[in-house]
Amino acid sequence: MNLMPASVTGTETLTEPLLSVRGLRIAFGSARGALTAVDGVDLDVAPGEVLGIAGESGSGKSVTLRAILGLIRPPGQVAGRVLWRGRDLMTLPERELRRVRGGEIGIIFQEPMTALNPVLTVGTQIRENLKEHTTLDAAARQARAIELMDHVGIPAAKARLDDYPHQFSGGMRQRAMIAIALASNPKLLLADEPTTALDVTIQDQILKLILRLRSEMNMSVVLVTHDLGVIAQTCDRLAVMYAGRVVETGPVATLFKAPRHAYTLGLLNSVPRADLVRQPLNSISGQPPLLFQLPHGCAFAPRCRFATDSCNATKPPLIALDAEHRTACIHHGEVAKAT
Amino acid sequence: MNAETGALIAVSDLAMQFARKRSAADRLAGRPQQIVHALNGVSFAVKRGETLGIVGESGCGKSTLARCLVRLHRPQTGRIDYAGKDVLALEGAARRAYHRRVQMVFQDPYSSLNPRMTVGQALAEAIRFHRLREGAGVAARIAELLDLVRLPSDTAERYPHEFSGGQRQRIGIARALAVEPECLIADELVSALDVSVQAQVINLLLELQERLHLTVLFIAHDLRLVRHISHRVAVMYLGAIVELAETERLFSAPAHPYTAALLKAAPELDPTRRSTVDAVRGELPSPIDIPSGCPFHPRCPRAVERCRIEPPELRELEPGRHAACHLPLIAAAS
Repeated sequence: MNLMPASVTGTETLTEPLLSVRGLRIAFGSARGALTAVDGVDLDVAPGEVLGIAGESGSGKSVTLRAILGLIRPPGQVAGRVLWRGRDLMTLPERELRRVRGGEIGIIFQEPMTALNPVLTVGTQIRENLKEHTTLDAAARQARAIELMDHVGIPAAKARLDDYPHQFSGGMRQRAMIAIALASNPKLLLADEPTTALDVTIQDQILKLILRLRSEMNMSVVLVTHDLGVIAQTCDRLAVMYAGRVVETGPVATLFKAPRHAYTLGLLNSVPRADLVRQPLNSISGQPPLLFQLPHGCAFAPRCRFATDSCNATKPPLIALDAEHRTACIHHGEVAKAT
Repeated sequence: MNAETGALIAVSDLAMQFARKRSAADRLAGRPQQIVHALNGVSFAVKRGETLGIVGESGCGKSTLARCLVRLHRPQTGRIDYAGKDVLALEGAARRAYHRRVQMVFQDPYSSLNPRMTVGQALAEAIRFHRLREGAGVAARIAELLDLVRLPSDTAERYPHEFSGGQRQRIGIARALAVEPECLIADELVSALDVSVQAQVINLLLELQERLHLTVLFIAHDLRLVRHISHRVAVMYLGAIVELAETERLFSAPAHPYTAALLKAAPELDPTRRSTVDAVRGELPSPIDIPSGCPFHPRCPRAVERCRIEPPELRELEPGRHAACHLPLIAAAS
């Protein structure tokens, strides 16, 4: 299995990216003032690649994913460009966008019970997607639905087509949601914390299913998660988000071995390791910032042990360390020494 | 096992079932009453000052066990001894004393703190109820507690909703410590927290345990956390302990195939070590309909005919290592 395809970053692409997000900004009005949930995010996804987006609550990872498919509703405001195979999804008329959404780009969510329609059978929901995005006739749709259920590992696929979502276990429900997303043969699957609500043995099965389908269907995946273990086991490249910005991006192996942003380093150190039993963890002090009162400079500076006055002057831009690895930390040299 | 010397808590053969509510449709269709078998004969002992980790997936009974220990549930059968006394028989002042000595910290501080009480009021209530301080002593004790869990002193005048998840979990810990307990039962203490904040709370728990000589039951589904914090670990599956051993031995060489599967399924932090094979096949069975024999047999790669018929007993394979398996992954000491 090809775990490390030709990676792409920024604009110096080796292969043409399938999806390019440029300057994405998402703002919401809140009772305590306007807040910027996402502030100038650039992302690229290459064909066949699994891109991970990691971050804690409020980092903007899930809204970024939703914005790609135009799922942010007013009063949320979205700006920037989402380039999908040469077209900007942001300016696409709703009718054409609907062909892409659920068609060329599939999406799965954390909680299948709220994403699936509880009063329609799983079979109806798969056939619905097939009707919308394929030219198959009714009989072919039925056959394809059984095939899809079987493909995602639902036993007795034919009989279970007539079951409702509540008759499925959590893991099977997630498989059913994947089957619906795959019905249209998408080129890109967006997955928002797909295994967070699942038990660890079921999570393992679902992640391996997604990886298997990625290879078989030659599909790209964007996986949003807070779990660094999930990233390590499934993604080719990683973008780490903090307070609405990408703070570091690069190949997973590089970021885990040689992080160059103080936040990435802090996250990795927060996870207990086998050799440090009952020792204090190198936690990050303080709390994530509130989005409506972000610091002027680097949002991580108040919690950062490397921070100096210059961190508070301006928001550090992402700088390229090599062809693939970028960091938004002016002290990346010190971070390297501390790793 | 309860004969073990120095055991602060000894649990033996604890069993607990819940009758599921029958809907009108169930009655009309004549469907029988469904019984959830949450605990099916759980036995273990915890030494004073020890941290025992209890790990398992949904429906394994870990939370029911915690609730039985603090008498939020009354098990149908079995016995819990605390410092040699039968906990389930305690009444009146003796029962109140037990509740002071054994405190529970819940997963969700949003729902376990009274939203209409300031943090100070919530702490004072606990202190006054158990008559631990009086008059000005109460305020002094509150200040001391907040300092202990590293919260600013003005916390006492504020309400729970004013705090972040991590701070609220510190308040939950302060509330438990307010009554000077000997034993803390932490049920998914940090599961709802972001990883950077998780680490802070774990550090706090480790430090408090040293300072206050607490005995801790750390119940969680996160294997990395359990490994980090526990001296010994009990692995539960469908209402029973399947393996109980010293942490390092359990993690480096699991004896029960379920423990091995759990360890394999937990995503490793090292991207260079990936596997493409499922750690374990199949779904978690429902605790309403527990498989015959060994409850893990339908998913177990080693299962033989005997596993389907005969439930394995939790037995000692080597000193300090117990497993409930007919075909353990490590040989039993002869």
